[in-house]
Amino acid sequence: MLADFGFGVLIVTFLVALYSVIAAILGERKQSAQMVESARRAQLLTFPLLSLTAGVLIYLLVNNQFDVSFVYEVTSRSMPTYLKITAWWGGQAGSLLFWAWLLSAFTSAVTLRKWERDREFLPWVIVVSSITLAFFLSMNIFFENPFARFYQIAGGVDAYTFKPAGGVLVTPQDGNGLNPLLRHPGMIIHPPMLYLGFVSFVIPFAFAIAALVTGRTDDRWTRLTRRWTLWAWLFLSLGLVLGGRWAYDVLGWGGYWGWDPVEIAAFMPWLAGTAFLHSVMIQEHKGLLKHWNMILIMLTYALVIFGTFLTRSGVLSSVHAFAQSAIGPMFFGFIGATFITSVALLIWRWPELQSETEMKSMLSREAFFLLNNLLFLSVLVVCFWGVIFPLVSELFTGQKVTVGPPFYERANGPLFGAMMALMGIAPLSAWGKSTITTLGRAIWKPTIPALFVPVLAYLAGYKQPVALVGFFLVAFVIFVTLYDTFRSARARQRAQKEDFFTALARLAGRNRRRYGGYIIHISMMLMAIGILGIEAFQTETQGTIAQGQALQLDGYTIQYNEVASWDDPGAGVNYTRAVVDVSKDGKYLGQLYPRIDFYFDSQQTMTIPGLRSTLQDDLYILLVDWQPVSAGGATFKVYHNPLVNWLWVGALIFITGMLFAAWPDKDPSLRPVRASKHAVEPSAAD
Amino acid sequence: MKRLFWITAFLLVLSTSLIFTQDRLAVATASAQGSTPTDDEVNAIAKQLYCPVCENTPLDVCPTQACKEWREEIRGMLADGKSEAEIKQHFVDYYGARVLAEPPRTGFNWLVYVVPPVAIAAGIFVLFRALRAWSQASTPEAGTDEVDASSPPDDEYIARMEEELKKRN
Repeated sequence: MLADFGFGVLIVTFLVALYSVIAAILGERKQSAQMVESARRAQLLTFPLLSLTAGVLIYLLVNNQFDVSFVYEVTSRSMPTYLKITAWWGGQAGSLLFWAWLLSAFTSAVTLRKWERDREFLPWVIVVSSITLAFFLSMNIFFENPFARFYQIAGGVDAYTFKPAGGVLVTPQDGNGLNPLLRHPGMIIHPPMLYLGFVSFVIPFAFAIAALVTGRTDDRWTRLTRRWTLWAWLFLSLGLVLGGRWAYDVLGWGGYWGWDPVEIAAFMPWLAGTAFLHSVMIQEHKGLLKHWNMILIMLTYALVIFGTFLTRSGVLSSVHAFAQSAIGPMFFGFIGATFITSVALLIWRWPELQSETEMKSMLSREAFFLLNNLLFLSVLVVCFWGVIFPLVSELFTGQKVTVGPPFYERANGPLFGAMMALMGIAPLSAWGKSTITTLGRAIWKPTIPALFVPVLAYLAGYKQPVALVGFFLVAFVIFVTLYDTFRSARARQRAQKEDFFTALARLAGRNRRRYGGYIIHISMMLMAIGILGIEAFQTETQGTIAQGQALQLDGYTIQYNEVASWDDPGAGVNYTRAVVDVSKDGKYLGQLYPRIDFYFDSQQTMTIPGLRSTLQDDLYILLVDWQPVSAGGATFKVYHNPLVNWLWVGALIFITGMLFAAWPDKDPSLRPVRASKHAVEPSAAD
Repeated sequence: MKRLFWITAFLLVLSTSLIFTQDRLAVATASAQGSTPTDDEVNAIAKQLYCPVCENTPLDVCPTQACKEWREEIRGMLADGKSEAEIKQHFVDYYGARVLAEPPRTGFNWLVYVVPPVAIAAGIFVLFRALRAWSQASTPEAGTDEVDASSPPDDEYIARMEEELKKRN
């Protein structure tokens, strides 16, 4: 009964979303403010309606309503309540609903803003966001209904939305239980972050389309969506980092990133979004690249949907699975339709999007921003092609192939290196014009100390040549960033007669995006230290040893002390936990406890590493195998991951930088940035 | 300037293509015939293989029973004195090219290696053309508005401009 109610509300929400699209278009056509207002209210209504639907689903999940097939698939009686709630996004149908719910939250927030000065955007922002919402809701309604229930008919038991003729409701005693891999805290937060990033990129896209349709082609749309973009980017980045941490903690392969297509699916919108985030600054500062920014935001939106499509349609396991899946072709059609429509709109408005000024020098900051875009898109090309090539190959030759980490690492390594070099040079170049001489004059000071860093690293034992180049670039970027900040603060100190720290604080406070960006650059470099550490210096060993025996790796001694195995019937898990003593160069460091968890309900195992983490290195121990019959021996796999912790340190600083850059101030959308005629010229709606 | 660009572009494309086609350094795995190969020797090869069932999980870390058996098969072949290349070929013969971490460089598969460098080179070309067109269009006044990059960037100017605008609003 409750399930039917949930499904009913879902259908009503879908209709309300469709109504808001139609009302917005009609309202705009007939110049009826009332109609547009009605569309706006309809859109606002989707959020409480979807919250109600979600509430129903959560109620079913928490109360073990196993007659609902989704509840059966993702929960079991032994799961704690918080996991039953987060199981909402642990399966296909629920995660689509979760996506839609977040989207409606974001679009509601955006429609609640003051629209006085941008009335003409409103109907089109509603149209774009409501169409996207309606699409996701239609997936839930027609293909992946989270409220479908089990019915027994002559042919057997299956899940149906409506009671089939002669069907008898079946309620299983217990559910399958959530995939144990998804029971980790990282996996509980990771999908919401990723989805938040995904859905919030819909907002700048909606404004871009609104700008194209209305022909208001100044940089208003980019300024209005600046903070949305930053928040979207923050969430997407956090989603990626948390996903990495989750992989490191539960997947048991000693790393955080495996160039898996699912990871790349989330990485691609990030790449396009990052390019957009940079290039939009050129438009704001110089009035250049209006076409390009439109293309980038369209690409980001398409990749957001494409990422969801890749992970949700089954296309990755085989093109045939895609053809058989119900939602695959629908997603494909939606991506195609929205992309073609946006490109057509762009072509229509092409002549009106001319640049206001000219690019003057190949060494100007705008030229460097373009080079940045080229590099991000190059990585995107590599990733996109790597992900779809197995499908292309299967389609044309019938042969399945794997495109794995070696491909991506070889291709992207130099591109990442170039990005780092650019991150160092670009902040020292000036808008408009720089020459080799002026740039050289600015660069040599931070370069000299940066050259010492690889020397020190070499002396400390990090001798891999590529990593040494990487360390130089890390130091170069950090020193340039600090030097440039120092230089500007000093200039302000002199001009305003303030003390240095006041000058620094005021300078950063006035230019939050810039200095937030600098903090992010530094955080990226710290993350790069972690990546270089694991890529260039990771070592591993594996061995089966008897109690009392030890494995050796990079000066570490890992001695097998004991192992115990016990059931926890309440949690439905069997734990096998080994105790190992760790010492380094003869000095005793403590005990670690690698585990194997076996989940009865889903019949799955999870390998949890014993981890010793310092800023210098991680010791990552896995219990690979242990057989009760031969209780004397156990197989351990040990990874030594130098410097990897800097990745997580960098991630924390990254969040700080993002918050600094994106935190709302008094009236962000109205604060002009560009000192050009358009910044002071009142536009039609002002 | 132009020459500098072309040399850079050429080197970039060349290095990218080299990087794309170059094989990874082979890991030494040979072991004396007869002695039981260690887990590390087995994993060095298993790391480069993917079983057809556990998609995108390298064989050395895959926990399934089937993958465990594959690793034992590798151990057996190493004990028989087979080389790394022979072992990999054995799995390719049985299960197809998908067991390799990258498509073999033959026929249709070349596309995976060729398309990205070509696309990137095209991107470099387009970018360079656009930059050149822009800078040529503005050469007449070049030199007059040169900004000294060693002086602080335009923050102060922007800040003053913002102050002005706030007053007007």
